[in-house]
Amino acid sequence: MSTIFGIPTPALFGQVLIGLINGSFYAMLSLGLAVIFGLLRVINFAHGAQYMLGAFAAYLLLNYLGIGYWPALILAPLIVGAIAVVIERTMLSRLYGVDPLYGLLLTFGLALILEGAFRHWFGAAGQPYAAPPQLTGAVNLGFMFMPIYRGWVVIASLVICLGTWLLIEKTRLGAYLRAATENATLVQAFGVNVPLLLTLTYGLGAALAALAGVLAAPIYQVSPLMGTNLIIIVFAVVVVGGMGSILGAIVTGYVLGILEGLTKVFYPEASSIVIFVIMAIVLLVRPAGLFGREE
Amino acid sequence: MSSAPLLEVRGLNAWYGESHVLHGVDLDIREGETVTLLGRNGAGKTTTLRAIMGILRRREGVIRLRGQDLLRLPLHKVAQAGIGYVPEERGIFASLNVSENLMLPPTVSEGGMSVEEIYNLFPNLHERRSSQGTKLSGGEQQMLAIARVLRTGARIILLDEPTEGLAPVIVQRIGDVLVALKKRGMTILLVEQNFRFAKKVADRFYLMEDGRMVNSFPGHELDARMDELHEVLGV
Repeated sequence: MSTIFGIPTPALFGQVLIGLINGSFYAMLSLGLAVIFGLLRVINFAHGAQYMLGAFAAYLLLNYLGIGYWPALILAPLIVGAIAVVIERTMLSRLYGVDPLYGLLLTFGLALILEGAFRHWFGAAGQPYAAPPQLTGAVNLGFMFMPIYRGWVVIASLVICLGTWLLIEKTRLGAYLRAATENATLVQAFGVNVPLLLTLTYGLGAALAALAGVLAAPIYQVSPLMGTNLIIIVFAVVVVGGMGSILGAIVTGYVLGILEGLTKVFYPEASSIVIFVIMAIVLLVRPAGLFGREE
Repeated sequence: MSSAPLLEVRGLNAWYGESHVLHGVDLDIREGETVTLLGRNGAGKTTTLRAIMGILRRREGVIRLRGQDLLRLPLHKVAQAGIGYVPEERGIFASLNVSENLMLPPTVSEGGMSVEEIYNLFPNLHERRSSQGTKLSGGEQQMLAIARVLRTGARIILLDEPTEGLAPVIVQRIGDVLVALKKRGMTILLVEQNFRFAKKVADRFYLMEDGRMVNSFPGHELDARMDELHEVLGV
């Protein structure tokens, strides 16, 4: 059997793939966090709960309404996005202009309530959610076997990240969003309905989290705490990439996922802390993050 | 000149937090007129523009555009009523290129300039349309800030110190642009410290002091009133 640095190649590529999968979720989640933080200046602690809600929406759609994976990919983000729009209109919008800590506390409280409620209804154990039949099985890539669903997640996340990036960098709506991130008052003085833009942005960020949740459902189990476990790492990714930087969130998400996978191969003891070590180093060397601008 | 004013301000009071900064400001601008606000730094000229736009929210009094009450409108509806705003700090967005900056303000009514007309008026902007907005020189940024509101079909533009800090040749160029806009029938409310510039374009002057309108006179009286103005403006 061939080896690289004394590690069997299938084991190495296996961990790189797991890292790439994890990185896909880091990228999708930190992207939504970055978009929300950039415009609303809210650190959305409910992001992990919104990811969990997306997975549960897919699970409930399947088990109570018989609606399968493919429609759930559209419906779950719409449902969670709509809930987020209501949250922004009724609660979050009242906190703009006060200390950002209030937004953080509100979303943290919402996350606790949502996760507590789902734990009450469904227990802490995970619920299984099967991958759609079109995406089951594995392919032999020559150097390793790859489960088709995992390949799909990597491709889907790349498309989602690229699509979001194009939406923000290349469209009129994205120009409003970038301009409002710099000077919301002036953009509104030009006649753009900025309050609506804020609402839609929060809805979009939450919908992205929910979409990641649906993609995650067949890989990880659908559990009330699935978001809590992930969100801390995602916050580290956002800090490393630079708060509010879209490209930074995407690139850092994938890179840190792969680095974490490689650490599992070469020095497994450090794999659960490597991202936080990198975060500490980046904060020391470049406090605004790798892609962030000093303010 | 008996027609009703396009923009009518009556007894406008405004506050920054607890501090009362405008005290019963009255102001009329008729369609097609160019009116200049004069006054020392801190007299309330910029504040008057910000209060009319609704950027400064704590206001009382009357602000009407073609009879429509602007005081009750949310900020984004004021531009939609037909006002274009060119702020003192120019407000060019760093994360947008020149063309995106130009296209940013939504159209508020028919009859705005086309992008081609704007690029004819400001050839530099066309050359640099793909550059980052804040990479432009100060003069080009000012032209972009003006160009941006010409596209929208606004009937009146509020221009806050467009010549501040610019070289004479650029000031000349901006003066030519304002004269061209006047010819097109644009209504302009200008805040300006530069007399010679203002004299070239203004039909009327208002003089502000300590948040109040203290005088108003037609443009041709500017020279005759120079001594009085020097006293009030301390220049």
